[in-house]
Amino acid sequence: MDWTRILTNVLGEMLAPTTAAYALAAVGLNIHFGLTGLLNMGQAGFMLLGAYGFAIATIAGWPIWGAVLVAIAASALFALLLGIPTLKLRGDYLAIVTIAAAEIVRLIGRSTALTSLTGASSGLRGDSYKTTFQNLSPFPTGTTTIGPFSYSNNFSNSWWIRLVGWAIVLIACLFVYLLIRSPWGRVLKGIREDEEAVRSLGKNVFAYKMQSLVLGGVIGAVAGIVYVMPRAVQPDSMGRPMTFFVWTILLLGGAATVFGPVLGSIVFWAGLMLIKSVMRDGVSDSFISSGQIEQLGWVIVGVTLMLLVIFRPQGVLGDKKELAINVR
Amino acid sequence: MSAEPTPIDFRSAAARDLQFVERTPGAVKPDPILVADSVTRHFGGIAAVDVAHLEVQRNAITALIGPNGAGKTTLFNLITGFDRPSSGRWTFEGRSLAGVAAARVARSGMVRTFQLTKALNRMTVIENMRLGATRQPGENMFAALVPPLWQPREREITAQAEELLARFKLLDKRDDFAGSLSGGQRKLLEMARALMSKPTMIMLDEPMAGVNPALTQSLLGHIQALRDDGTTVLFVEHDMHMVRHISDWVVVMAEGAIVAEGPPDSVMKDPAVIDAYLGAHHDTDLGDDSLLEDEPTASITGKDAP
Ligand SMILES: Nc1ncnc2c1ncn2[C@@H]1O[C@H](COP(=O)(O)OP(=O)(O)OP(=O)(O)O)[C@@H](O)[C@H]1O
Ligand SMILES: [Mg+2]
Repeated sequence: MDWTRILTNVLGEMLAPTTAAYALAAVGLNIHFGLTGLLNMGQAGFMLLGAYGFAIATIAGWPIWGAVLVAIAASALFALLLGIPTLKLRGDYLAIVTIAAAEIVRLIGRSTALTSLTGASSGLRGDSYKTTFQNLSPFPTGTTTIGPFSYSNNFSNSWWIRLVGWAIVLIACLFVYLLIRSPWGRVLKGIREDEEAVRSLGKNVFAYKMQSLVLGGVIGAVAGIVYVMPRAVQPDSMGRPMTFFVWTILLLGGAATVFGPVLGSIVFWAGLMLIKSVMRDGVSDSFISSGQIEQLGWVIVGVTLMLLVIFRPQGVLGDKKELAINVR
Repeated sequence: MSAEPTPIDFRSAAARDLQFVERTPGAVKPDPILVADSVTRHFGGIAAVDVAHLEVQRNAITALIGPNGAGKTTLFNLITGFDRPSSGRWTFEGRSLAGVAAARVARSGMVRTFQLTKALNRMTVIENMRLGATRQPGENMFAALVPPLWQPREREITAQAEELLARFKLLDKRDDFAGSLSGGQRKLLEMARALMSKPTMIMLDEPMAGVNPALTQSLLGHIQALRDDGTTVLFVEHDMHMVRHISDWVVVMAEGAIVAEGPPDSVMKDPAVIDAYLGAHHDTDLGDDSLLEDEPTASITGKDAP
């Protein structure tokens, strides 16, 4: 077995833009679920909306900052629309509504009625919206090799998107770090525990939940932009499985922690890559085909996660004590 | 009953003011802080609450008693905005509060606790307390990002919280998760947390249920101290000895309606009250003065749990 290649693959996956995008999406979901207890089952919808908003605005000729603002505004509006009817109801309703709403975004995006705008099911080609971002890069054109890694400086799956993607993740973590220890974060945690009690103390629970939903959703939209930078906007690649991966990542790393989502994303994608690479190298083709390896990889991830949730439900970074106390 | 006189002696003021109030249901009070009119709440066919008129005297301790299912908790829920009435209106400090959201009711100075305790389990005791405070600029999302904007107030809040925790004998639990406290300790925490906002009126739903007798005695003292500091207290309690010991006025509910009102020693002898409780669990010692002593420990130890 070629361990050098396997380890290189795994390390490469750790730093990949996709890993950064998922980490960011999980940071957003952490504000919803870890801090506030909101069951957002449609984080992929926020991501897709962010990707569409950015790409469509860019294609329409908007500068990059305008396009990012469009993505943010679209996801904030989406959060408001979902939140107004559901945040006054019990938690499960938000889960149902968000999962359905995310599907609606995807189905509208891929419908032929909007082909001129969204490219329907074939989506938007990467080249059509990447230039403004690539033009911002301070690096010269070309390819740079650092250690075993060789990527284009600016183009598509580049060093530039890695740099920007992880920088955004760090900024988001700093943001959450400040919020989680602030009185604002305290109100959210109170809502997570018992919103009636928080109401009895004079806090406007609905407004706080709405702020949480919007903030986490906007972070999700930015994650969507990072996610589509090295590829294309493909509505069908940003559906329910994406939401569940984000949830998995959050629970794996540890909800209600600052770096849990980041660690979760790294461990998740690196682990998946490790499993797949080992199987590709170590198991003969006659036994399982490469297509089956792909699927078996997911199966093994699923089983690992079940074990994790059973034996370490607070995630890697979570506080066992905080989770153990669940008396109502 | 003896207490140190305070600058404004609310204790004797309350006694004096209530002295000439009629002992009838819905009696008019000289200085009411809360006035409710024709408040009803139906659950299916039954009227859980049907209160024609109720006034609660300012700066006094009013007890709300009645058998199980009388509608006391439901009335609390209605007045504090946690439930919507089928009909009715009420004012607090002259302002109408009917239809006002619970959080706004609390911000207007009327804070309540719950019969089924709502401690925030996965938060520490001190964080529970801090959450009760008002005017913390850091509860705004944007200000939260700039700690210097809210840290000074946070220090004030923490000092106030520690003082209250010490008073409620919870200071050594400061950094424990609220979920690890005992049931009685959670009751105490909830009451202390409600006091963080320095409410004008506090509504306690069975504050003593599950609290041990020695602590009950000191809590009774705290509740009286609240009144002596000018807070209006309305509390629900099944323990007649406690009711008699600290309340200035007693309102009796049965089957949703107010059936009697009066000072504690006379209201227990009211035939309507004895009627209301007949068949319920408290009929044995109602109005039995030999058991109603002023020394709370003596009376509490001589009585079964509600
Ligand atoms: N959510 C509800 N749905 C249906 N009926 C209710 C509801 N809440 C209360 N009730 C009914 O209303 C009546 C009054 O209940 P409430 O809880 O106010 O009584 P209480 O005086 O607080 O009693 P206790 O002393 O036992 O706490 C009861 O008959 C109860 O069954
Ligand atoms: Mg009750």
